[in-house]
Amino acid sequence: MENIEQRVRKIVAEQLGVNEADIKNESSFVDDLGADSLDTVELVMALEEEFECEIPDDEAEKITNVQQAIDYVVNHKK
Amino acid sequence: MVLQGQVALVTGAAQGIGSAVALVLGRQGATVIGTDINEAAAQRISSALSEAGIPGRGLVMDVRDPEQIEAAITRIEKEYGVVSILVNNAGITRDNLAMRMKDEEWDAVIETNLKSVFRMSRAVMKGMMKARSGRIINITSVVGHAGNPGQVNYCASKAGVSGMSRSLARELGSRNVTVNCVAPGFIDTSMTKVLEEKQKAALVAGIPLGRLGQPEDIAAAVGFLASPAAAYITGATIHVNGGMHME
Repeated sequence: MENIEQRVRKIVAEQLGVNEADIKNESSFVDDLGADSLDTVELVMALEEEFECEIPDDEAEKITNVQQAIDYVVNHKK
Repeated sequence: MVLQGQVALVTGAAQGIGSAVALVLGRQGATVIGTDINEAAAQRISSALSEAGIPGRGLVMDVRDPEQIEAAITRIEKEYGVVSILVNNAGITRDNLAMRMKDEEWDAVIETNLKSVFRMSRAVMKGMMKARSGRIINITSVVGHAGNPGQVNYCASKAGVSGMSRSLARELGSRNVTVNCVAPGFIDTSMTKVLEEKQKAALVAGIPLGRLGQPEDIAAAVGFLASPAAAYITGATIHVNGGMHME
């Protein structure tokens, strides 16, 4: 079983079509990885699916980089 | 069979335009789920589909009820797969002169004809975006473009769908989901049967092709927009009205 960090990075790479090696934990989805607003919505949807959780809109807005996504999942995983 | 493997959802499919649309999409190879407001109507859809040898079924769904929409989409995805073609066809009229129109008449038409289209589209777009492919086809009306006395509510709802479609076409374009409208003119359905003969004659006089349209005329345009031939069309409206209104 991969750890949460690896799984999050994998999803980010898949969703945003970037190379996993280019993803740093502090990478911003929009500024560093070239995501547009629709990409970020899809990314949240993919995280919800992978980790079987529901991320409310106001929480989703605060997830703007890779580390924030990892932290959210760690703190909310069932 | 250009739509082989596709799952089409058609609202208001028990009669008129919706029924013709369901059959056309089915004959092109799609699995068709037709919805309507009550059990008897849903059963009519199921029999019409099975008589035509089309896979799929009728389903009870009130487009005004978000819970029923969610339940229907979940069920369709489980039984048939992700919806790849959505035809928003369900609609009502509550005609009255604006001076006499009640809030209830206004609200009923906006809720059924406009808000439901938003809700249905929102419900299917996640699956379409993920699949990087999808078709949303909205049935609007010539009167949403030309206006019609006695139908401020209906015309507003149809013009609203038309604007919504263009916005949605821009939002979803990058995911290869197209959003288009078919705008019927006066079509021979239960919605126009209420017109008196004299009104009908006056209407036909204003139609260059000299007749009311048939549901099949509209269904053919929907079938085209759903097909691979229409892959590069989005944010557009196809007018099918015998020439009664030209843009």
